[in-house]
Amino acid sequence: MWMDIRLPIGILFSIIGCILVAYGLLGDHSIYRQSLGINVNLIWGAVLLVFGLGMFGLGKRAMRSGRTQNGSASAGKSHGK
Amino acid sequence: MTGIDWLILLLYFLFVLGIGVALKGRTKTSTDFFLAGRAIPAWVCGLAFLSANLGAQEVIGMGASGAKYGIATSHFYWIGAIPAMVFVGIFMMPFYYGSRARSVPEYLRLRFDEKTRGLNAISFAVMTIFSSGISMYAMAKLIQTLHIFDAPFHSIGVSPRWIFHIGILTSAVVVLVYIFLGGLTSAIYNEVLQFFLIVAGFLPLTWLGLKNLGGWAGLKARLDPSFTHSWAGMAHPATNRLGVDWFGLVMGLGFVLSFGYWCTDFLVVQRAMAAKSMSAARRTPLIGAFPKMLFPFLVILPGIIAVALPAAPVTQISGSVLRAPERGLIPYKLDATTGAPAIDKNGDPQLDYDLAIPSMLLHYFPSGVLGLGITALLASFMSGMAGNVTAFNTVWTYDIYQSYLRPDASDQHYLWMGRAATVFGIAFSIGAAYMANRFNNIMDMLQLVFAFVNAPLFATFLLGMFWKRTTGHGAFSGLLAGTGAAALHHALTLPAGAVSGIKGGWLAVLHTYPSEMAQNFWTAIWAWTTCFLVTIVVSLLTKAPDENKLVGLVYSLTARPKEESLAWYLRPASLAIVVLLGTLLLNFIFW
Repeated sequence: MWMDIRLPIGILFSIIGCILVAYGLLGDHSIYRQSLGINVNLIWGAVLLVFGLGMFGLGKRAMRSGRTQNGSASAGKSHGK
Repeated sequence: MTGIDWLILLLYFLFVLGIGVALKGRTKTSTDFFLAGRAIPAWVCGLAFLSANLGAQEVIGMGASGAKYGIATSHFYWIGAIPAMVFVGIFMMPFYYGSRARSVPEYLRLRFDEKTRGLNAISFAVMTIFSSGISMYAMAKLIQTLHIFDAPFHSIGVSPRWIFHIGILTSAVVVLVYIFLGGLTSAIYNEVLQFFLIVAGFLPLTWLGLKNLGGWAGLKARLDPSFTHSWAGMAHPATNRLGVDWFGLVMGLGFVLSFGYWCTDFLVVQRAMAAKSMSAARRTPLIGAFPKMLFPFLVILPGIIAVALPAAPVTQISGSVLRAPERGLIPYKLDATTGAPAIDKNGDPQLDYDLAIPSMLLHYFPSGVLGLGITALLASFMSGMAGNVTAFNTVWTYDIYQSYLRPDASDQHYLWMGRAATVFGIAFSIGAAYMANRFNNIMDMLQLVFAFVNAPLFATFLLGMFWKRTTGHGAFSGLLAGTGAAALHHALTLPAGAVSGIKGGWLAVLHTYPSEMAQNFWTAIWAWTTCFLVTIVVSLLTKAPDENKLVGLVYSLTARPKEESLAWYLRPASLAIVVLLGTLLLNFIFW
């Protein structure tokens, strides 16, 4: 698998998380009467941001270790030749 | 919807299309296009296995059932999905994956014969087109009903009458582009993305709803106990909200319908066939079973919360009242022609349970998370549609086109045909969506016919995989007899209070069931039993198959997969035990 799906998921959720956090901090707070007085954008945005960054980190790590494994496999092959 | 909501929706479309574009260059052979190169990790396949099933019926339908039947709806998960997902992973995947069949109908050809494959392939292909069309129709209708896009349409001078058409066209084009470019890999990747979006979009609903009611205890205090117990009262149809007894539930839903869907439907099995190894393929449904076990809290619980809340008008984003509610947040169902509340058989106005989840979204979500919730709703419709389209293009190309129309073409030709099938498959789905819009009765009838065709399928697979004496003639005649038995049972029975016709009893009424659900379960039981018995009898009367040709296709002639080298938590058996214990525990908690 050449592209780790955690990378686009991580990026999308990080962006959505940032948008919601910013809106929760800077937007009109009267809209939260609807959500029982809870600033749901700020809280849920932060959760999504942490999740997005976590997914991105895991995806990056997997891509790096995949490249290392592929590199050593091809090195081993050329030694064999 | 405000600007921020549109921004989130736009981001979703960009990423979904971007994944298709990114995978375009990697889709070079038909195996890449139809089977994702058989290179996908187990966890990705597992979430796609689950997400492909997360269409309109799942999110909107389960929320509606939650509002109507309460937590007993979770039987569709804890009895009606998990055991079958475990069974397909542990016992059936070695044959699907190990035989190197490229589709479920192709397995039937390898195990039985051409006619059994043809029957399954053609009925499945037609069914996927209609299912995809119904998903599209349901999405466009919902957008229209919620009036969420009215304001932007007004602002650009387009009449809101066009919302339905533009909704259908947009979803069709988006799904077409990403599948056309990246094939099954693109569909699977997007299904995983859609899975996380659905969780992210709906989880705050459960959180806010429960907080509002004072938790589970507060919810229980507001409702009749029949809403909050899944097994209590199942001894008799009259003492539970589903109107079925435990035997009909366990045999009809838990065995026949559930195993028939999760173990034989290529729509889901295709996701496991794309896994990178046999072990990954076996783990696929087991990994999917973990979130599936918890999905009632995401899709059913908001429906129950919607009926438990004090009645409050649900307002649109524009500020006008959507509809005055009758109970909690559930509005009246309106008659399509008169616009007045539809009336049931007792003369009482009917409730529109399908609006339970959308009403909850509009009730609790302010701008921001509302965009996320609407995106999650659209994602659920699209993942369901895409699952059908990828299953259709594979079955069409491998099992119909290659088998009957052009057997010896090059791999590049089949890759081209796969892409062409994606285009005309989606075009047919659009046709089906408009048909659903104009002729509701025809669609109901077609769905009924598909139910008859599906009901006996698991008996054929069970005998084919675990009894080497089963013959092609036995399987074929069993399937026909089972489908006939389903139709006959439906023709001779009727749910209480229904009128003879599409609901049954179109030949005579020999038995009346307490509910439509009970009738469906028993139709499936009759179909399965007939297929099982006829297959055995005809197999014994016809020539036994050559055992050498059945190696890798039948349990007794296939070596067991060796997984001792895997860590215990990666072994399918360990995962199966954990998921079954978890499900058992949930059944006890919500007894």
